[in-house]
Amino acid sequence: MINLIVDDKEIKVEEGKTVLQACLENGIFIPNMCFIKTREHPHASCRLCFVEIDGLDRPVTSCTEEVREGLLVKTDTPAVRRLQRMGFKLLMSAHHRDPKECPVKGSCQLIRIAKHLKVGLKSRPLELLERDVDEEVDLTFFTYYPFRCVLCGKCVYICRQRNGQNLLTFTNRGFDTMIAFFGSGDPADLSCHHCLACANVCPTGALVLKPEYSEAAGSEDSSKVRMLVE
Amino acid sequence: MSRVDVKKRFAPIQGEAAQRAEEKKTDGIPTIYIVMSTCGLASGAAETKQAFEQELALKSIEARIVSVGCLGHCYAEPLVIIDHPASGFPPICYYQINESRVRTLVKSYLELGDPVLKYVLGAMEANDLLPTVMDFPRFNLEQRLVMEQCGRIDPDDIYQYIAEGGYSGLVKALGSDPEEVISEIETSGLRGRGGAGFPTGRKWRIARDVETDGRIVICNADEGDPGAYMDRTILESNPHQLLEGLAICAYGVGADKAIIYVRAEYPLAVKTMKQAIQSGKELTLLGTSILGTSFTLDVSVFQGSGAFVCGEETALIQSIEGRRGMPQHRPPYPVEKGLWGRSTIVNNVKTLSSVPSIIEKGAEWFRAIGTASSPGTAIFSVVGNVKHPGLVEIAMGTSLRTLIFDVCGGIPKKKGFKAVQIGGPSGGCLPESFLDTPIDFDSLTEAGAMMGSGGMVVMDEDSCMVDVARYFLDFTQKESCGKCTFCRIGTRHLLNILDRITKGEGQEEDLELLQTLSEDIKNGSLCGLGKTAPNPVLTSLKYFFEEYEAHVKEKRCPALKCRPLTAYYIDLEKCARGCDVCVGCCPVEAIFTTTGRKKAIDQELCVKCGECMVVCPPEYDAVEKVSPPELAPIIERVPEEKSASN
Repeated sequence: MINLIVDDKEIKVEEGKTVLQACLENGIFIPNMCFIKTREHPHASCRLCFVEIDGLDRPVTSCTEEVREGLLVKTDTPAVRRLQRMGFKLLMSAHHRDPKECPVKGSCQLIRIAKHLKVGLKSRPLELLERDVDEEVDLTFFTYYPFRCVLCGKCVYICRQRNGQNLLTFTNRGFDTMIAFFGSGDPADLSCHHCLACANVCPTGALVLKPEYSEAAGSEDSSKVRMLVE
Repeated sequence: MSRVDVKKRFAPIQGEAAQRAEEKKTDGIPTIYIVMSTCGLASGAAETKQAFEQELALKSIEARIVSVGCLGHCYAEPLVIIDHPASGFPPICYYQINESRVRTLVKSYLELGDPVLKYVLGAMEANDLLPTVMDFPRFNLEQRLVMEQCGRIDPDDIYQYIAEGGYSGLVKALGSDPEEVISEIETSGLRGRGGAGFPTGRKWRIARDVETDGRIVICNADEGDPGAYMDRTILESNPHQLLEGLAICAYGVGADKAIIYVRAEYPLAVKTMKQAIQSGKELTLLGTSILGTSFTLDVSVFQGSGAFVCGEETALIQSIEGRRGMPQHRPPYPVEKGLWGRSTIVNNVKTLSSVPSIIEKGAEWFRAIGTASSPGTAIFSVVGNVKHPGLVEIAMGTSLRTLIFDVCGGIPKKKGFKAVQIGGPSGGCLPESFLDTPIDFDSLTEAGAMMGSGGMVVMDEDSCMVDVARYFLDFTQKESCGKCTFCRIGTRHLLNILDRITKGEGQEEDLELLQTLSEDIKNGSLCGLGKTAPNPVLTSLKYFFEEYEAHVKEKRCPALKCRPLTAYYIDLEKCARGCDVCVGCCPVEAIFTTTGRKKAIDQELCVKCGECMVVCPPEYDAVEKVSPPELAPIIERVPEEKSASN
């Protein structure tokens, strides 16, 4: 076991874990959107899990730092909060909120982060960004909502893990990056509506199974996917 | 195999090369070297070559036509070097040789022996008859180490490279221990020419020491900075020097596979490289059992699809593996665990091309060039507002002033210098006060720019720094891979804010937001692209803040560049009665005749193309450009009906 000190609290974790894992397992919340417990190489794309580590001159992402004996970690310094708040506001400037239509039931990770960072859900002073895409995009089995998606990449990862190939992947570049469906051939040969891992893992309700498939679906217990990633 | 054996194996190859070179020298047939790299072709070298072939056939003159790579003197393309031993003149370099000049040259020089002085750039060798190219600062202030043979040898002829001493470095390396090769590079102090300046020897050492099941060397030729074309030129002009460096590296670190990652937009470079690999294999200088030793190196070319981010090493590796080119978090560094899980050494074209001469001439020789912390030379593609743009290779430590004003001839049209943008979209804009900064990795980083891979854009007084920052941000936000929050969304916000400012819609809060957001993107992004993307904004805010303020507070563009903030008007005092050149050139019919039979611009219709200013005869010079646009006096158009009825 490795001992480290997070915000003056001593915690113990197994060797090989990351600082983010260590903190989450010990009840210390660090904002994160793209973290998946089982993922070997961290995706490190959401840029929210910053912490300060004694000896390093600027905040680092805690998902990419492996625990070391005696590590001194601070999760709430001004520098950390500044980056986290900006990162969060950036995400919110591309995430068009629509509470009435939002399918995320129960705890929304974005709201949790906003509360933790003591900021609102608006992106001010950043403007709300528009993009030149439809609000709903057809991904064969799913309807994809680009204005909800925060591109955490969890769906892409889980799909590859489950199916050994990328039925879902990223497409386009820059701000126009989206999730696309690359399953080829007859949809009847695919069983996306039974797997549903991608839709279940999505933290923002950006992937929704189409109504015409929902009757046949439901064989997979969504809690399994949750367990896999949280 | 012992050292002697490698040399013995190489001796006949070298002999063959020497013999071929000698034959050319002594047979008395004139040789016409035509610069046929991409830049040459763009300025019409293919037509020049065709014209030579036709003219020679027509006049039944025997001459050899050799396609060579680029000399780096873009302002003078198409360049032709004619070696006509019978004339008594040394080889002569001619500039801007189009089809009609070809006819003159063939007739006057090849037929009659008159070297046509008006087209001469200079002689290629010292002589008593003509000034040499080395008499010009553009040549003699340069120190060519990597580009020494560029434009002088045929890239498709391996023997020409060997005749100039090529592959001797590899032979020397193969005759020594790999350990010695690495220490030589370490001692030389060579730093990676891709931008960051990581010590090459140290990278090789890590690769050699790391536990791995196989090592791969990748040459990163995914050059993507706007306006930068050093790597392409080297690939097209002297591919064997790169291959030799690649082989030495592979031998040093113990790799058996090498990949040259070239973007598909460089078709000539791809073709030249493939051809060079083939001829290297034929002479056993590459491939299986090199020069009879147990060292084997499989070299291949991989064509990238042109995503800027694939120049980042982890994204480059993803792309070779068949995935989307998205950078990965480091560590693990590629040198520990890279392509297909193996130790992967990613080196830039210029880095690898520097290697053969270091091995051949020794680390001490290399250290004597440049500065203590950045030995060797730097290659820049200098573009923008300079008289002699092109590729320049100078010793590290040369000042920006020397490079811009002495080597490249300074700013044309008697305009003033404003800024120099170094390091492409990741670099920064430095103002005049930094002109005495020495060019080396550390000084440029300290100044807020970066060495980058060698793009340099020189800007004169007519450049608007806000617009320049906007241009680079437009590029990076398009080229962001979209993976991480700060780069994907943050750069889009930066672009939107800059867009607003250049349109005169900026608020004072925007300036503060630009600064904060830029700093956060720099600190928060995942890879080098995002971490450096705000540099053009940060440096221009730092050094040209008053320009931003003018745009925001006064809605004025001091450089008169941002269209929405400028207006054209015609000075009625200067405008000549009866002259109507401007009327004819206006694409939107915004120019009308005033009651005094002079001309005026309808500001409602004007699209600010500036054509009227260009065509207004210099003796009147009546068109004025102002900012903010309110400064243009409003002149009412005479109602059509009224003037017609009168």
